[in-house]
Amino acid sequence: MPLPAAPCGGFFLLSQTPQTGRMMTASEPKLICRNVWKVFGAGAGEFLGVKDADTSLASLSKAGLVGAVRDVNLEVHAGEIFVIMGLSGSGKSTLVRCLSRLVEPTSGEILFNGENLLAASESRMIEIRRHQMGMVFQHFALLPHMTVLANVAFPLEVQGVDRETREARAKKMIDLVGLSGKENFFPRELSGGQQQRVGIARSLSVEPELWFLDEPFSALDPLIRREMQDEFVRLQSVLKKTIVFITHDFDEAIRLADRIAIMKDGSIVQAGTPEDIVLNPATPYVAEFTRNVPKAKVVKVGSIMRAAKSASGTGATVRERATIAEAAPIFANVDRIGVIDSTGKPVGVLHRDDVVELMMRG
Amino acid sequence: MGAAHLTAWFAALAIFVLLWQFGEPISKWAFDYPKAWQIPLARWISDAMKWLVNEASFGLFTFTDLTRFIADIVNLPYRLALSLLSTGFLSGQGSSAVQILPPLSWIAVIAVVTLIGYHAGGRRLAAIVAICFGFLAVFGQWQSAMVTLASILVAVPLGVVGGLLLGIAAYRWPRFETALTPILDLMQTIPVFAYLVPILFLFGFGPTAAIVATLIYAMPPMTRITVMALRAVPSEFRDLGNMIGCTRRQMTWRVLVPSAKDSLMVGVNQVIMLSLNMVIIASMIGAGGLGFDVLAALRRLDIGAGLEAGLAIVALAIALDRLSQAYAARAGAPVAPASTGGLVARHPYTVAAVAVILVTGVAGLILPAVQTYPDALKLSTGSFWSNVVGWINVNFFDTFEAVKNAVLLNILIPFKRLLGGLPWLGVTGMLAFAGWRLGGLKLAAIVGVLAFLIAATGQWEKAMITTYLCGISVIFAALLGIPIGILSAERARLWSWVRVIIDTLQTLPSFVYLMPAVMLFRVGDFTAMIAVVAYSIAPAIRYTVHGLMKVDPRLIEAGRAMGCTPFQILTKIKLKLALPEIMLGLNQTIMFALSMLVITALVGTRDLGQEVYIALTKADTGRGLVAGFAVAFIAIIADRLISSGAARTKARLGLV
Repeated sequence: MPLPAAPCGGFFLLSQTPQTGRMMTASEPKLICRNVWKVFGAGAGEFLGVKDADTSLASLSKAGLVGAVRDVNLEVHAGEIFVIMGLSGSGKSTLVRCLSRLVEPTSGEILFNGENLLAASESRMIEIRRHQMGMVFQHFALLPHMTVLANVAFPLEVQGVDRETREARAKKMIDLVGLSGKENFFPRELSGGQQQRVGIARSLSVEPELWFLDEPFSALDPLIRREMQDEFVRLQSVLKKTIVFITHDFDEAIRLADRIAIMKDGSIVQAGTPEDIVLNPATPYVAEFTRNVPKAKVVKVGSIMRAAKSASGTGATVRERATIAEAAPIFANVDRIGVIDSTGKPVGVLHRDDVVELMMRG
Repeated sequence: MGAAHLTAWFAALAIFVLLWQFGEPISKWAFDYPKAWQIPLARWISDAMKWLVNEASFGLFTFTDLTRFIADIVNLPYRLALSLLSTGFLSGQGSSAVQILPPLSWIAVIAVVTLIGYHAGGRRLAAIVAICFGFLAVFGQWQSAMVTLASILVAVPLGVVGGLLLGIAAYRWPRFETALTPILDLMQTIPVFAYLVPILFLFGFGPTAAIVATLIYAMPPMTRITVMALRAVPSEFRDLGNMIGCTRRQMTWRVLVPSAKDSLMVGVNQVIMLSLNMVIIASMIGAGGLGFDVLAALRRLDIGAGLEAGLAIVALAIALDRLSQAYAARAGAPVAPASTGGLVARHPYTVAAVAVILVTGVAGLILPAVQTYPDALKLSTGSFWSNVVGWINVNFFDTFEAVKNAVLLNILIPFKRLLGGLPWLGVTGMLAFAGWRLGGLKLAAIVGVLAFLIAATGQWEKAMITTYLCGISVIFAALLGIPIGILSAERARLWSWVRVIIDTLQTLPSFVYLMPAVMLFRVGDFTAMIAVVAYSIAPAIRYTVHGLMKVDPRLIEAGRAMGCTPFQILTKIKLKLALPEIMLGLNQTIMFALSMLVITALVGTRDLGQEVYIALTKADTGRGLVAGFAVAFIAIIADRLISSGAARTKARLGLV
């Protein structure tokens, strides 16, 4: 199904997701992406430069161009995990490389802490990448001739940090990802999961504000992948980084994301919280992904509770942020539960019937 | 498309045959390129050379000053290496020189290379290296071998670093690469004899000129491998470098080059083997050493002495090849972290080597046998080999002679006559047509112009002789090599033997191949052919085996499931799909054959190689280079046509 082209292909995510009223949306956006295009091929810039140009996929390919990223708008807030999900060829890897200008966008605006990265000089970009960004790669990209310690310390070495300081910092990061004792191993002596832990430690060694993860767990076996996802959640609960996470695995996106953007053919089809997407898929394409996701595992209590001033009745309570699947066992011998927010204040009541109905929907 | 394709080929062939059979009375010029139209390229080159040597100047200094300056710089490390290995450190000039410090004793050299072998590949490699170097001492080839080794010790680091830098530059600036590629093509296809003369003029007679020639010969593969290796570095590494904010220099030297190290080590091995090959050939312009011994023996037809020197080259080649390959394999393996401890614990190998050098050095002052291998213990098999060859010739002379004459009369001479009678215009046209059908107009233009230039510079007749010798040799090499390849691909055990043999054949410098051929068949085209076939058969076998082994096993399984007989699987599946690879093997065979053909000028052929060789002995720059270019053009024409043919076949088979 051909998607409508720009300008309606993109969204301002902030305006799309007010109803959950979550803590993150209240803070300043860390990274803003406005009308970003990446078109490969000769004369791409001129093609886009024409006013009201027909930028549909068909007319791009007629001009011999490939639109890898098409008019993407998004905002990433401080401290959130923003997942970009798409199948291979959807442009997600190109998009994440545009965000750090590893790939030069054809047009658009990328604001990082309010600074337009596309206007930054090469030396300024080096400065920003060195101190404020970190990236984890799908195939780890560990330098084969260096030990674990040297690999993790490498970003600092490039900056000219002295040996003692950088190795101390690297040791700390290696401890953080649970690889203590493996400092003098070489990458090829480690398992895939361990290698990616090294990759994670390396990307964190410069203490970046903005953390890119490009399909970090895709090259791992399913069991290890699960383990690494848990590890990642644990790390984030300690670190509270601003994260852009790329994946082709919808379940992974649902598990990890605060918000998800789904990409197809270079543009974002839908963006929102996992709940939004599962409950209200915007297009049949998105519905394909959500069909087999058990809604109870995604939908939060806050979404289907009925508002009430006080928690009435039984005394059993559940937090607003809990999923329905987590709340369901409590209904064993009651048919309504009080709902409280994170401060313990009562905000509503959850009815058994509503829960049952949601679970019946699959 | 198939029918139109065939029609076009038939039409072109018909025109060609018409011209060939009936054209001579009408257009004589199409058969013999008229003298009046010739491009006097040889004279131009000679004049340019004279100008360069005598007049070219940068104001403050002349061009010759510059080249001599470079020669002096290269000479410094060479003198050092030579003093260390062969002559000792001298004070004073010429014959009045006094030795102040002796060279490394033979025991010390053997101990050091054995240690290196142990470090690189354990006990087995240490033993191989020790035996090879021991062979040099025992058979009295030590002095010459050390002279050769000194040249290699200087040429290899220069070649590796130079090739690496050029490769990095080509990788970084695509425009530089575009300019460099044809130069590399020429450097690799012009026969080495051709550029020995200008190098002689510019750098003077002696080891330095030989080293410069070696660099020209050995650097291009390193450059190509560097570019390929850097390209093959996964893009994630580049992204990583950018992401952590590497500067360009950090990106190159800290990220890309170390990541490409495994492939780069293959290039280092290539440089070493090519340097050895070239240092042997360069004995003609004063490199001395083992090559000179072989050459002198060839000239005296002293089979025994030549064979011994040849075997010494083989020993040196095997030792150097195994050492560098072991280091290449090690590059992939992790290095044990440096242990802390005393000097001995941290650098056991260095300490051991220094200790051996010092002890043998001191002992050598007292005991001469420690310093130089005692003459009394030397063995010589020279007379033995002479006797063996004599015996063979006495007893089998008639048989050999009969085989030789039969092949000459029935195959070589008719083929030579046939090629010699073809009109240059027709051949050029056919080549251009083939280029057009296989690769389009650009290829047609390249092939046509190169073929025309061969005719226009007056090299046509000799070029045809080269083509005939090369063609016959390649046909024989393919007829032998491809079946061997097919047999080996099916049988793992046979392949492991064949592989050892062709690996060894490929490490041998081309010079070595002449010895046995001359011993048995004396001089002439037949001898040349035997040497060329022996030298060029390795790629024919290797590529056939690789091509067959690369065939998707699922297809073979599918064939078996359909009930194909093994023969049907071989002919209908494997050979069909391996065809592009076999074609590339054939291409390599042609390249090997051409480079060997030039060397066979020493055993009296009458082709372009001989022309180059004569020019070398007469120090005629123009004549040598023009003939050299003609050889290079033949190589480039064959290479381009076959490569695009292989690419087309590949595309047709859907293997891309």
